[in-house]
Amino acid sequence: MTVATRLRSRHLLGIADLDPGEIELILDTAVAMKEIGTRTIKKVPALRGRTVVNLFFEASTRTRLSFELAEKRLSADTMGITTAGSSVTKGETLADTARTLEAMSPDLIVIRHAASGSPHLLSTICKAGIVNAGDGTHEHPTQALLDALTMRERKGRLAGLKVAIVGDLLHSRVLRSNVLLLTRMGAEVRACGPATLIPLGLKALGVHVTTSIDEAVKDADVVMMLRVQHERMYGLFLPSLREYFNLFGLTPARLAHAASDVIVMHPGPMNRGVEIDSAVADGPWSVILDQVANGVAVRMAVLYLLAGEELT
Amino acid sequence: MPIVMDADRVGRSLMRIAHEILERNRGADKLALIGIRARGVPLAERLAANLKTAGGYDVPTGTLDITLYRDDLMKHQVGPQPILRRTDIPFSIDGRTILLVDDVLYTGRTIRAALDALIDFGRPNAIQLVVLVDRGHRELPIRADYVGRNVPTSRQQSVQVRLLEIDGRDEVEVDEVEGAS
Amino acid sequence: MMAQATTAHVLKGGRVVDPRAGRDGHFDIRIENGLVAAIGKNLPLDEARVVDVPADFVITPGLIDMHVHLREPGQEHKETIATGTWSAVVGGFTGVACMPNTDPVNDSASVTQFILKRAADAGFARVYPIGAVSLGSMGDQMTEMGDLRAAGCVAFTDDGKPVATALLMRRALEYAGMFDVPIIEHCEDPSLKGDGVAHEGAVAALLGLRGIPGVAESIMAERDISLAELTGGRIHVAHMSARQTMRAVRDGKSRGVRVTCEVAPHHFTLTDEALREGAGYNTNLKMNPPLREEADRLAMIEGLRDGSVDIISTDHAPHHADEKALEFDRAPFGIVGLETCVPLCLDRLVHAGVISLSRFVELLSSNPASLLKILGGTISVGAPADLTVLAPDAPVTIRTATLVSKSKNSPFDGWSLRGATAATIVGGRVLYANPAVTDAARFVIT
Repeated sequence: MTVATRLRSRHLLGIADLDPGEIELILDTAVAMKEIGTRTIKKVPALRGRTVVNLFFEASTRTRLSFELAEKRLSADTMGITTAGSSVTKGETLADTARTLEAMSPDLIVIRHAASGSPHLLSTICKAGIVNAGDGTHEHPTQALLDALTMRERKGRLAGLKVAIVGDLLHSRVLRSNVLLLTRMGAEVRACGPATLIPLGLKALGVHVTTSIDEAVKDADVVMMLRVQHERMYGLFLPSLREYFNLFGLTPARLAHAASDVIVMHPGPMNRGVEIDSAVADGPWSVILDQVANGVAVRMAVLYLLAGEELT
Repeated sequence: MPIVMDADRVGRSLMRIAHEILERNRGADKLALIGIRARGVPLAERLAANLKTAGGYDVPTGTLDITLYRDDLMKHQVGPQPILRRTDIPFSIDGRTILLVDDVLYTGRTIRAALDALIDFGRPNAIQLVVLVDRGHRELPIRADYVGRNVPTSRQQSVQVRLLEIDGRDEVEVDEVEGAS
Repeated sequence: MMAQATTAHVLKGGRVVDPRAGRDGHFDIRIENGLVAAIGKNLPLDEARVVDVPADFVITPGLIDMHVHLREPGQEHKETIATGTWSAVVGGFTGVACMPNTDPVNDSASVTQFILKRAADAGFARVYPIGAVSLGSMGDQMTEMGDLRAAGCVAFTDDGKPVATALLMRRALEYAGMFDVPIIEHCEDPSLKGDGVAHEGAVAALLGLRGIPGVAESIMAERDISLAELTGGRIHVAHMSARQTMRAVRDGKSRGVRVTCEVAPHHFTLTDEALREGAGYNTNLKMNPPLREEADRLAMIEGLRDGSVDIISTDHAPHHADEKALEFDRAPFGIVGLETCVPLCLDRLVHAGVISLSRFVELLSSNPASLLKILGGTISVGAPADLTVLAPDAPVTIRTATLVSKSKNSPFDGWSLRGATAATIVGGRVLYANPAVTDAARFVIT
């Protein structure tokens, strides 16, 4: 595989649109970006004069802050719009919001939205490059990229890694983006969750699907835990969180069957005692804080690479 | 096309520059070398070796990628962003004299970007510029402190520096470029 | 009543395909006073004006779309009875049956009469109202079916949603049975459908869209078929999409249950894979039931081929462009279908060798007429001259911008197909001659 020299699209809508060379390009660029975070003056003039709009229609703290920090470190001018207090709550459609923003000539729009495909809708309306910061249950591409950067840093490679992803597979955009990225880069992915939370058609993505966490974790190089939301009980998905932890929670005992140098990841925010035991979350395996640091670098890389593309 | 420096001449120039550095700075105790990617990096490493040979000094060496400081980055140019490589300066530049190393000095814009970048890393005592070739046509008020060879060129020509570490041999070639601006 | 009613016309020399009359060959048709006066070889031309029909044109009994949403009263920004029936005529349909999920719901004779009055004023395609099964289609109280039937309703349905309970469906089948009219069912188990927006399968999984499984449809169809068996009533499965439903209908038919079914063109021409095309998430591909996977599409094709499918209807569901320009989750279900149906059926079914022209006429004319016990479905002397003229080999490129329906929500924009409507004749009047079809202008009678 050869590393790409550019991204083919002006947008980052999902990992589905990236080939392995483009993924390597983003990760390599992120490695260079990461050094900036170690400097006394953590700022470079790369996006000076560029405007980036952060359009967050869904509550998000870590992703929004991570994007904001990435934008500021690249010297972009940033504006944030969150749903509370915006015209969105006054019944304006996404298309109209997009057209209004368009009139302010932003270069890039970062969007988080509860409906799958919203960034795609935006990309058909706006001239600006669109960055998907999580759409519904579809994709969260920068999360998968920062996860991949973390794995590559710790393991030196992605190809051939055994990666177990455990949790709510049905509603997780993190799962989809990670599966697409990891299978594309040659990793072996095992997806594990309760049968009620496994989407039909997941196997078709080239993933080993199981309802046994022990099977998923055995000899794994990486164990990635997904957040389980309390409201899943009301959709008849789960009888109780207690039972969920008993069957699917990651404990030191379960982790003992993984590879000896296993790393444990979580996209956050964690539910301690639901999907992950505190002893695991805070243990030597945990790379959860690396993920946060890498998030800023990956987002800087994505913004930098997309900002170079001609506005048409 | 004419080879203006062969391997021997490149080697001798770099040794001469090492001696000039030692003479001008009265030793090399507070010096550090920083090579600009890509070909400034092996040049900085060779100078470090020459400083060791010539004066017994261990001069720390770093690597600078100036991509994010380029003055053409904010233009809406057609085409992709330049590939970003890692900057690696594993020492504090505060209070040191920095020898900034590049292969060719031309318009001065790369050096301008490098100076901006360096300032973000700290406050050096002084910055001195080392280039293998000075081909003229400056667009900014920048000059080199140490020059391997001055090569008068026209803007229609290109200067190609090849180094063993990257290109498999040492030489400097001047080419006529058809229709260059 | 008709503009040219006093003049006799002879359509000379076209191929007439009328399976119910056992006719497939070149015949002349004489139209007088809006009625078919004669049909035969070499009819005498005496005083009549003659339309020389190109030999490759096909004349069929007027096509009937028995599943159309005309949106009036209540949602005239999407479609009106006038625009919808004009869209029907341009699409080759001489008659449409309209669904009761208007605002107000067609659950009383006054709404039915309003619809019929508006249709007569428009003077395009004939309109056959379908009444609601329950008041407001709320699933509680049965409508006055006798009164509705007398006002002109030809069937009953709570379309848009299923008949709410098994008990209500049982009573409706029993009660409507007194008038020998069918109950048309939108088959869907509401709990399995949930807040789904696309077919539950690999594509929805990849796109992160909440799924509606095929069995959400078949489970309800199985309930209704069992109740039709119990009551002896007539159940008609609307817009069938899932292979499991096809199987349930076949089983019912083999047991002698009075069950019929219809398929819409989008369910035998498209699959959920289309949701991935282009930027993805095209809301003009969002309909209920959703586009399903290839195995389901092939099951619809097989049912059309082997006769298990009785009817093709469009489920013409106009929505304003603003309503579709939303996030996929929020956009309404439905697409327009009247003007794309004939080319899709001719190209993808007849020319593809799935069905004959004669079967095409059964699916789009004879069978809906029989099911609803309405005029037409065959060309018979003394009956109103409702005729559709097809140019089966004419090339068509669908352009949604040029649709005459008030709404343009179609996923078929840019499709190039073979087979067009050449002209549409209602009550002896040539209401439409397709300007894009060579020689169709011959039907413009002045």
